[in-house]
Amino acid sequence: MKLDIKLSGVGGQGILSIATVIGEAATAAGLHLKQAEVHGMSQRGGDVQSDMRLSTDGICSDLIPLGQADLIISMEPMEALRYLPYLAPKGAVITSSKPLVNIPNYPDEAALLAELDALPHVVRADIETLAREHAMPKSANMILLGMAAPALSQLLSEEQLRDAIARVFARKGMDIVNANLEAFKLGLETASNR
Amino acid sequence: MYYMAEKRLLLGDEAVALGALHAGLSGVYAYPGTPSTEITEYIQQSPFARERGVRSRWCTNEKTAMEAALGMSYAGKRALVCMKHVGMNVCADAFVNAAVTGVKGGLVVLAADDPSMHSSQNEQDSRFYGKFAMVPILEPSDQQEAYDMMAQAFALSEQLRLPVLMRLVTRLAHSRAAVQTGEPVAQNALEPDNERTHWVLLPGNARRQYASLVAKQPEIAALAEGAAFNRLQIPKVSDLGVIAAGIAYNYVRESAPAGLPILKVSQYPLPVKQVRELAAHCGRILVVEDGQPFVEEQVRGLLGPEYPVRGRLSGELPRTGELTPDCVAAALGVEGGPAFADAHNLAPRPPQLCQGCGHRDVYTALNQVAAEYPNARIFGDIGCYTLGALPPFRAIDSCVDMGASITMAKGAADAGVYPAIAVIGDSTFTHSGMTGLLDAVNDGSDITVIISDNLTTAMTGGQDSAGTHKFEAICLALGVEREHLHVVVPLPKNMEEITRILREEINYHGVSVIIPQRECMQTLGRKLRQKKQETK
Repeated sequence: MKLDIKLSGVGGQGILSIATVIGEAATAAGLHLKQAEVHGMSQRGGDVQSDMRLSTDGICSDLIPLGQADLIISMEPMEALRYLPYLAPKGAVITSSKPLVNIPNYPDEAALLAELDALPHVVRADIETLAREHAMPKSANMILLGMAAPALSQLLSEEQLRDAIARVFARKGMDIVNANLEAFKLGLETASNR
Repeated sequence: MYYMAEKRLLLGDEAVALGALHAGLSGVYAYPGTPSTEITEYIQQSPFARERGVRSRWCTNEKTAMEAALGMSYAGKRALVCMKHVGMNVCADAFVNAAVTGVKGGLVVLAADDPSMHSSQNEQDSRFYGKFAMVPILEPSDQQEAYDMMAQAFALSEQLRLPVLMRLVTRLAHSRAAVQTGEPVAQNALEPDNERTHWVLLPGNARRQYASLVAKQPEIAALAEGAAFNRLQIPKVSDLGVIAAGIAYNYVRESAPAGLPILKVSQYPLPVKQVRELAAHCGRILVVEDGQPFVEEQVRGLLGPEYPVRGRLSGELPRTGELTPDCVAAALGVEGGPAFADAHNLAPRPPQLCQGCGHRDVYTALNQVAAEYPNARIFGDIGCYTLGALPPFRAIDSCVDMGASITMAKGAADAGVYPAIAVIGDSTFTHSGMTGLLDAVNDGSDITVIISDNLTTAMTGGQDSAGTHKFEAICLALGVEREHLHVVVPLPKNMEEITRILREEINYHGVSVIIPQRECMQTLGRKLRQKKQETK
C-alpha cells in the first residue's frame, strides 16, 4: 500500500513542518518514506513543493511520477492547481482556499476556485481566517494537516498524527504543542463538516 | 548513546555528514552553496562532532577549503571538502594538483551538482573533474549508500593515497529517507607526511608524481570493476539493457519491466568489463545518468559506432535538465503521464527579495540614480541580490560567477563604459571580489562598487560571512581612498543620502566603494525568535 503526496505552497507558509509531522508519524509507524524538498533560492516568496512518498514496501524514485499523486496538500489554492498533472485519476486535493497574492498577474479568484471545485475530490477551507478566528495564527498548517487526516488514514491514524505533532513540537514547549493539536482538531472538524 | 546502530531519517546531505563523522572525520572545509550546505551545517550542529573536536567553521571560498583540507590530510587526518558543482571551478587548481601530490589522511571532495539549475547558473557535471584529475569517483544512488560510501571513500583515499571525489545531485542531497547507521571508527592520529618529494611540485618531482598517478590508473580501474556499489544484474535475455548511474538507478527501478538487465554504476572509472558483458547480452543499451552524458560518451567510444547506445546524446532522454521518473519511463518505453491537464488559472510565482530587505533599498536608490545616466551599466553578482534582475527592480545587466561584478565592471570601464557599477554581496566579496578590487585600484579604474552587506551569507540560509565587520578595513587596505569609501544604512528614510553619495561617486573618475550595511531580515528574525525562546 502506498500514498504519494505533493505538498505545495509559497515559501514561508510552513509546508515543510507538515512534511516533518507526516514523516515523524510514518517513521514511528515503520513505514518506508522518501521526501524530496526544495531549498535555496525558491524559498524567498516563490512557489515551493515537496514530494512525499509513503509505502508499506520499498520506494524507488524520490520524485512522484506524473499522474500518480494520491494527494495534493496545499497551503495556497493556485499552488494546489500547479501540480494537477501529478494528481492520480482518483487523487484528492486538500487545500487552503485563501489566495496569497504576491504577484501582479494572480488569476481571477472566482475562476480559480471554480476550477478547483470542478475536480472530483476536493476539500478546501480558508484556513488563514479559521486560524485567526481561533487565535492560532501560526498553526494554519496544522489545520490543513487535520483536514488531510481522513485521506491519510489508510496508512496513518489520527492518533499517530497527533503523537507525531506532540513529538515534533515538544522542544518548543507545551503551549505550542497544544496550539498545534487544537489546530489539527479544528482541521479534522472542518473536513468532516463538509 | 552515540555508538548505537540505529535508523535515522536523513537528507542525502545529512547522510554524507554522518557517514563522514562515523568514518573518523577530523575536519570539514566548505563554502555554503545549494545543494551542499546542509552537510557542513549538520556537522556544525552535531554533539558527536563537538565531542570529537571536529573542525567545521565555514571557509572564505572553495579554494581555501580544499587547500586547508589537503593540509589536514598531509598531517595524517581525515578531511572532507564540500561544495556545490560550480565550487569545483574555484578550487580546481588545488583539486587537480592534490591528485599529483597525493594525500596522507583520507581526503574526500564532495561536489553537489544541480541539474535543472534549481539554484545555480549552470548544470556542469562534476564527474568530468574526477576523470580530469584521474581520481576515483563515487556516486551514491540513495541516502543509505551516501552514508555507507563515506567510510569506503576514506579507506579508498588512504589505500590509493589519492583524493576521492563524491558526487551528489540535488534530488539526493535534498531528499530524506531512513538510514541505518553503523559503528563510528576512531580518528586518525597526527602523523605529518615526511615525503617532501611528493609534496614539493617542482618540475622534477612533479614529473615523477604525475607518472606515479598515471601508474595508479589500472589499480583504480580494477577497484571500480570489483566495487560492491557497481552491480550487473542480467535476470533474463533482453534486447534492451540499461546502464544506470547514481540516482538514475532509482528512476529506472521505478518503472523498469521485470527482468530488465541493469548495470548500476556508483563507482568510477567506468567498469569497462561489466559494460562489455552487458553489451554482449543485449542488442542495445540505454544510458541513464543525471547531468551531462559522461557515461554515454565513454560507452559509445568503448562499444564502437555499430553498437546502438541511447541516452541524452541520441535524444531518448532530454539533453538538458534533471532526470525525472517520467522521462526515464518514456525512454524505457513504459506508458504513463498525467491524468489531469495543466490548470488554466495559473501564473508563475518567482522568488523575490523579502519585504523589508536592505537590498531592496539599494536597488531603489540605484535605479533612481542610474536613470540619470542613459549609458549606465550595472554588473551584478551571485546571492539573494541577483533577484534584483527580476521585476519590480530589473536593475542588473549581468550575473556570471562569484566576484565577476567588480572585474566585469572594470573591464567594461576599461573599454569606455560609463558609469560602470558593480553590485556584490558581502560574502561574495570576500569569496572572490577582493582580488578584483585590488586590480581596479592598481589600474585606477573608473568604477563604482556597491558591497551590499547584510552581515550574513543569506541566499543559502544565513551562514557566517567571512568578512563581517571588516569591509571598511579590507577596502582601505586594498587601496581604496578614504574619501571614496562610504558606509550607509539602506533604509527608505536614508534615500536622499544614499542617492547623493551614489551620484558623487559616479562623478568621481576612479575606484569608489559604497557599503550599504543592514542585517538580513531572515537572520534578524531568527535571532529575535531565539532570544524570545531563551527568555521564556
